[in-house]
Amino acid sequence: MPTKTKLRGPEISDLMIKVCVGTGGLAAGSREVIEEFDRQLRSKGIRATIVKKCVNKTGCRGFCARDVLVDVIRNGRPDTYELVTADRVARIVEEHIVQGEPVQEWLVGPEYHDFHDKQTKILLRQCGQIDPEDIEAYIAIRGYKGAKKSLALDPYEVIEEVRLSGLRGRGGAGFLTGMKWEFCRKSPGDPKYIICNADEGDPGAFMDRSIIEGNPHAVIEGMIIGGYAVGANLGYVYIRAEYPLAVERLKIALDQARKKNFLGKKIFRSEYDFDIKIKLGAGAFVCGESTALMRSIEGERGLPRPTPPRSVTKGLWGKPTALNNVETLANVPLIMSKGGKWFATFGTPKNTGTKVFALTGKVKNTGLIEVPLGIPLKEIIFDIGGGVEKNRSLKAVQTGGPSGGCIPASHIDMPVDFDSLSRIGSMMGSGGMVVMDETTCMVDMSKFFLAFTESESCGKCVPCRIGTKRMLEILERITEGRGRKNDIDLLIELGTDIKLASLCGLGRSAPNPVLSTIQFFREEYEAHIHDGVCPSRVCKALRQYTVSEELCRMCGKCFRACPSEAIAWEKKQKAVIDRTKCIKCGACYDACPFDAIL
Amino acid sequence: MADRIIKIKINSKEISCKHHETVLHAAKRAGIYIPTLCDDDRLEAYGGCRLCLVHVKGVPRPLPACTTPVADRMEVTTETDSIRKIRKNIIELLLSNHPNDCMRCEATGDCTLQDLSYEYGADGTRFAGEKWDLPIREDNPFITYDPNKCILCGRCTRICNEVVMAGTISLTGRGFNAMPDTSFGQPRSLKNCEFCGQCVSTCPTGALTDKKGKGKGRAYELTKVRTTCSYCGTGCNFDLNVKDGRVVKVTSAYDAPVNHGNLCVKGRYGYDFIHSFERIRKPLVRKGDKFKEVSWDEALEYVAQKFKSLLKKYGPSAVGAFSSSRCTNEENFLISKLVRTVFRSNNVDNCARV
Ligand SMILES: Cc1cc2nc3c(=O)[nH]c(=O)nc-3n(C[C@H](O)[C@H](O)[C@H](O)COP(=O)(O)O)c2cc1C
Ligand code: SF4
Ligand code: SF4
Ligand code: SF4
Repeated sequence: MPTKTKLRGPEISDLMIKVCVGTGGLAAGSREVIEEFDRQLRSKGIRATIVKKCVNKTGCRGFCARDVLVDVIRNGRPDTYELVTADRVARIVEEHIVQGEPVQEWLVGPEYHDFHDKQTKILLRQCGQIDPEDIEAYIAIRGYKGAKKSLALDPYEVIEEVRLSGLRGRGGAGFLTGMKWEFCRKSPGDPKYIICNADEGDPGAFMDRSIIEGNPHAVIEGMIIGGYAVGANLGYVYIRAEYPLAVERLKIALDQARKKNFLGKKIFRSEYDFDIKIKLGAGAFVCGESTALMRSIEGERGLPRPTPPRSVTKGLWGKPTALNNVETLANVPLIMSKGGKWFATFGTPKNTGTKVFALTGKVKNTGLIEVPLGIPLKEIIFDIGGGVEKNRSLKAVQTGGPSGGCIPASHIDMPVDFDSLSRIGSMMGSGGMVVMDETTCMVDMSKFFLAFTESESCGKCVPCRIGTKRMLEILERITEGRGRKNDIDLLIELGTDIKLASLCGLGRSAPNPVLSTIQFFREEYEAHIHDGVCPSRVCKALRQYTVSEELCRMCGKCFRACPSEAIAWEKKQKAVIDRTKCIKCGACYDACPFDAIL
Repeated sequence: MADRIIKIKINSKEISCKHHETVLHAAKRAGIYIPTLCDDDRLEAYGGCRLCLVHVKGVPRPLPACTTPVADRMEVTTETDSIRKIRKNIIELLLSNHPNDCMRCEATGDCTLQDLSYEYGADGTRFAGEKWDLPIREDNPFITYDPNKCILCGRCTRICNEVVMAGTISLTGRGFNAMPDTSFGQPRSLKNCEFCGQCVSTCPTGALTDKKGKGKGRAYELTKVRTTCSYCGTGCNFDLNVKDGRVVKVTSAYDAPVNHGNLCVKGRYGYDFIHSFERIRKPLVRKGDKFKEVSWDEALEYVAQKFKSLLKKYGPSAVGAFSSSRCTNEENFLISKLVRTVFRSNNVDNCARV
C-alpha cells in the first residue's frame, strides 16, 4: 500500500490525516481506518494526504490502550482522536473535515496531553513524525547530516564529540560510548567491526523495536558514524527474528541507503567504505550479552565467555569490535549534527540525554516514554503515568527488567539515572519500569522474574544454572505455603553467591529482584513463611477463603462451584466455608457475583 | 613485549610469569593448588565451573584463575573464607543434582567431584530440589554416558570440537536442562563419532566412562604401566591399567611429550590383542609345511645366514627390506641403516601410503 494517498478534488487547504499504524495500531484496526478515510474522502471528492504515522505503537503516542489514534491536521492545527474505528470515520469526515467542527466527544482527553507534555522527546519525536520506509522523509528532517559531517572530520574528532556529549550506553550497563569507541579505535587488529545490539530480550521491553520500526535510518546513521569512528568497514545489526516488522523496515532502509551511496564503497563521496549486514537472533535472552552475541553471529551456540579480553580488543571473529545498543546509536546522529554540548544539556552531568522507558503495570497511562535522565521517579509515575490505577497506593517500582530490582514507594523521590538505580540495588537495564500497588505480592513478583532468568540461563556456569533453579524452587515453595524457616537466609546466601560467582551479566543480576524485595519487603516473605499468609492475597495456596456475612446474598453459586464440598449452603442461608475441606482452588471466589468471598 | 617477565605473588609466594599466562597456569607451575572442574591443559580456558575463583588484591569481586591473565605485581590469594564458602556452595549445588551413588560408580577414586566434596565436606541436601532422572546411554560399543552424573563442565564437548574436531557432541538445551549430547540425541556411531574416547579421558566425573573397563577394577587397584602405542609411528604414550596381570583399560598419559594425553580409537580401545589366544608370542621358523617355535637367538641366526648366502650368491640388489608404518621413526631409521650399510643395497621401503 502506498504511504501517501493523494486525492483529487475541491481543495481543503493543508489537510493531513495521520493514522497510527504501529504494531498496536495495526492490531486495533488501523488498516481498516485508513481504507475508510480513503473511501469517505474520495466519495466527497476531497483531496488530502493520509500519512501512516508513527508506525509503532508508541513513538509518537505511547498511548497503546487508546489505539487507533488519528491526527486530523487542518492549517497546521492538529486534533487527535482516540479509539478510532472504521465506523467512526464517516462522522469525523463529515463534521470535522467538511463542516470544520471537530467531534469533541472522541478527541483525546487531558491525560493524553499530560502524558506527552511532561516528556522530553529527542528520539521518539522523530520516530513519530516521519515515514520510516522513506529515506527522503528522514533526510528532510536533517537526517544523515551527522554522518556527512562526521566523515569530514578525523575519527578521533568524532570520538571527542561523542565523549563531550557524555552519552552512556543504553543497553544497560551505561558504559561511556565515546570511551568504548576510543578503546576500539586504539586496539590493534584488522578488520574491525561495529555491532548494533537489537536483541531486546527482556519481557515487556519494546523501546528498541519502536526505534527501528519508527526511524531505522537513525540507527543506520549512528552505525555509519560509529563505524567510521572505530575504523570498521562492516557493521552487523543483531536483531531478534521475532521482530518481523522491524527487520522488514531495516531492510528497506538499508537498500535505500545503499542506493544513495550512504552505504557501500566510498560513501558520501569520501574515501570510506561501510556496509551493514543483518543477523537474525533466535530469541535466546543470553544472546543479548555481548560475548554470547558475537559467538552467535559466528554461528556458534551463544555461550558467554569470560572477559578479559574485552570485545573492544577481541570481539567478533577475534577482532576489535564495538557493540552498541539501538538507542545508543540512534542518539549519535543528533549528537553529531547538533553537537555533544547540546546533548549534554539534557539530563544531569554524569547522566546526560534522555532515556526511553516502557512504563507498565498498575499505572494509569502505560506506554513508551522518553524522559531526561535524572528525572525524579515520582514525576514519571505521577505526572506522566498519571498515578496508580484505581487510585490505589503505590507499593514499589521495578526497574531494569527481569534482572532489575525493586524501588519501594518510600524512595519515590530518587532520581532515575544509571548510578542512583544501581546504588539502590536495581539497574537501568533495558529501561523496563513496572509499577506495583498493594495488590502486587512481592514474593510472587520476584518468582515471576526469576522464572524468566532461570529458564534463559545458558547453562554454562554452575551458580547461574543450578543456583537460580534452586532459588526459584524456594520461591515456589514459599508461595505455595511450604516455605521453611531458614528459606529467607538461604535465598540471601544463594543470591549473594550467584551474583559474585557467575560468569556473565545474566547470572550476576538474576538474583536482584529477589534480594531487593527481601531488603525492602522482608515482612512479606515472613508472612508467607511463618504465618501462612500472602498479605496481597495473590498466592492462591495461602489464601483462606471465607464468606463475608455482610456481602453474601445467599445465591448459592459458590456452593455449586466448589469441587470439594467444602461449602455449606441452603436456600435463604448464607454460605459457610469449611477450611478443613477447602482445597483453595478459588472456584467459589470466581463464581461469586457479589465479591462476598474473601 | 611478548616475552616480558611479569612478577606476581600467589599466597605471598613470588612467581615469575610470562605475559599472557593465566593465574591458574602460574599457580600450577608453582605447585599451588587451586580447585577446578572445567580445566584441562589440552583445552582453551572456559571459566564455567567457577571453582577456581580467587581473590585478587584491589578487585572487589573474586576472579576465575583459569581465565584471568597475570599482571605485574598482582597479589593473589587462593583461599579466603568467602571464597571457600562460594566454592562449597558451588559443589553443594552440583551435588544437589547428582545421583550420589559413588559406591557403584565406575569413577569412584578417580573423580574430581568426589574429591572436592570430600575436601569441602559438601553434600547436596541443603539445596535439594528437582533432580535429573535421565536414561543412561549405552547406545554404542565403547562409551557409557550417564547424563545424571554430568556437571556440565563442557570438557567433553570442547575436546570433541577443539582437539578431535569431530563435532560429535555439543551443549544442548538451556538452563537447568542444558546437557552435552549428540545432535538430536542420536547414538554415537560410526556415522558421527570417531570413538577416540577423548571425551571419556577428560570427563572429571563418572558421566562418561569406558564400557570395556567397566567393573574390572577401581582406580586404586590398578597399576599403571607407561607404554608407547604400537599402532603407528606417531609415538603416543599411554598407561596400560593392569590388575592381576591383565590389562583392563587404557588411560591417558597427560605428561606424554608427543600426545599430551590425546589418543585415537586404536590406542585407547584397541588393546584386546594383548591377551588374545591367537597372538604369536615366540618366533616361528617354517620347517617343511609346519611352523616350529624357536628361540630369538636361533631365529635371528637363521635370518642372518639366509641374508648372507643370498648376498653372496646374487649380490646386494637381490635383497631389500620393507618396513612397517607401525614402527617408530627410530625403528624405520635403523632398518634403512641396516639395508644401506650392512646389505649395501638401496632396496628399502615402507608400507606407509597415502
Ligand atoms: C543477559 C544479558 C542480556 C542483554 N541483552 C541486551 C539487549 O537485548 N540489548 C542490548 O542492547 N544490550 C543487552 N545487554 C547488554 C549488552 O551486553 C551490552 O552491554 C550492550 O549492548 C552494549 O551497548 P551500549 O554500550 O550501547 O549499552 C545484555 C546483557 C546481558 C548480560
Ligand atoms: S551466568 Fe548464566 S547465562 Fe551467564 S554464562 Fe553463566 S550460566 Fe550462562
Ligand atoms: S569419542 Fe571422540 S569423536 Fe566421539 S564424542 Fe568422544 S571425543 Fe568426540
Ligand atoms: S559428560 Fe563429563 S566431561 Fe562432559 S560435560 Fe559432563 S561432566 Fe563434563
